[in-house]
Amino acid sequence: MGDQPPEPTPETRRQSPVAALHAELGAKMVPFAGYDMPVQYATGIVAEHLHARSRAALFDVSHMGQIALRGADAASALETLVPGDIRDLAPGGLRYSLLTDETGGILDDLMVTNEDDHLFLVVNAARKHDDLAHLAQALGAQCAVEPMFSRALLALQGPEAAAVLSRHAPDCLGLGFMTGRSMLVAGFPCLVSRSGYTGEDGFEISVSAEDAETLARRLLAEPEVAPAGLGARDSLRLEAGLCLYGHDIDRTTTPVEAGLAWTIAKRRRAEGGFPGADRILAQLRDGPARRRVGVRPEGRVIAREGSEILDSQGRPLGRVTSGTFGPTADGPIAMGYVRTDGAAPAAGTEIQVLVRGKARPARVAALPFVAHRYYRG
Amino acid sequence: MTVTKYTEDHEYIRVEGDVGVVGISDYAQGQLGDVVFVELPDPGAEYAQGDEAAVVESVKAASEVYAPVGGEVTEANDALAESPGLVNSDPTGEGWFFKLRIADPKDLDQLMSAEDYKDYVKDLD
Repeated sequence: MGDQPPEPTPETRRQSPVAALHAELGAKMVPFAGYDMPVQYATGIVAEHLHARSRAALFDVSHMGQIALRGADAASALETLVPGDIRDLAPGGLRYSLLTDETGGILDDLMVTNEDDHLFLVVNAARKHDDLAHLAQALGAQCAVEPMFSRALLALQGPEAAAVLSRHAPDCLGLGFMTGRSMLVAGFPCLVSRSGYTGEDGFEISVSAEDAETLARRLLAEPEVAPAGLGARDSLRLEAGLCLYGHDIDRTTTPVEAGLAWTIAKRRRAEGGFPGADRILAQLRDGPARRRVGVRPEGRVIAREGSEILDSQGRPLGRVTSGTFGPTADGPIAMGYVRTDGAAPAAGTEIQVLVRGKARPARVAALPFVAHRYYRG
Repeated sequence: MTVTKYTEDHEYIRVEGDVGVVGISDYAQGQLGDVVFVELPDPGAEYAQGDEAAVVESVKAASEVYAPVGGEVTEANDALAESPGLVNSDPTGEGWFFKLRIADPKDLDQLMSAEDYKDYVKDLD
């Protein structure tokens, strides 16, 4: 919401390292964060979504930003920009965290992996150039900030992802949820983590641009695997209750309002020392004035981003920030912010959503809409 | 003998006497992708040519469906409530949206023939 730069013209949009494969697979390409990316393939969003839930789907997310922080003080340095616990992140561990600004707003959300001799960051595509400048400016004196924006990122997601990947990288079976390390995949050096954005077991695979297409073809050749685009990625993450930057979180929302207070480590709550700590810690103490909640409209009408949320009496409560049809939830699902008046409304509370000028019945819903099935060993 | 005509917004109307069967073209359903919900007008609703009469929702987006001609809705396709996917699988058959008693047949003159529509769509790709 206001954070995305205007899309460049077709001539200047960047191509993913696996663009040729997308064309061959009949992808429908759309401009996204300066790239041409596949929104769906021939089978369509619903089939791709269901395939990720039942078997394994391969996503190209090479538009996302990969950054390395190198230096003995990298973890302490990064902690000055995020409220997460980075210093105590074990080697091989992954952590979801947030870059905050001085008012406690969210500049971006990111994944941080402790790669032993460096920290490996994955940030949002639309934010990566700003993030890089921010990191370099704030941390440049304490550690080396190295963009790796030309690298590819593939996500293999679904209950059969581990069986598939293990044929090309037996070591992947040793990874627990939210851990990662370097390994060969089909002979190519990769950084593999057991993580994702679908709520399913799965892996994200960082690979060089030159190896990416061959690797993607090897994975797609496996009988369990089908390609999936950004459309399915969005419906999967929304069913999983996960935030999309620029929609569910941005500079106008704080980690506490967004329901992401769990990313603020106990030590960091005690010590502070991250941007916006005053406001964020005060909200932790006093409760935020608004809160992100799940919304489940009754019937089939989809309440999309921007739809007004009303209480059962018709009084304004807030707005929908993401809304779509959930193929696994088999109905419309949404997330949005509502006034709390002391406490966030409980799951089941009757509310309304304003769609095409008509107030329609809905309920506050517990998140996720579809239970997570991460690998728990 | 029935005639089917098309709008630039990809609605079709199949004329059967003084009633028209309205839906969206095969090209339109392909562009939308998986249809997951259709909001239909109630019988008795009256529209002028070009009025918004229905909404079709795919996973990605909601799109308005406009009345190709003016008239009164006589019937809505209730099967779409249970099976919105009919719009994808059989857009000009079982995936029709609503029927309309055509108020003024002259409205039809402003629409494209099937052949003209085919050329129109070809130029869009």
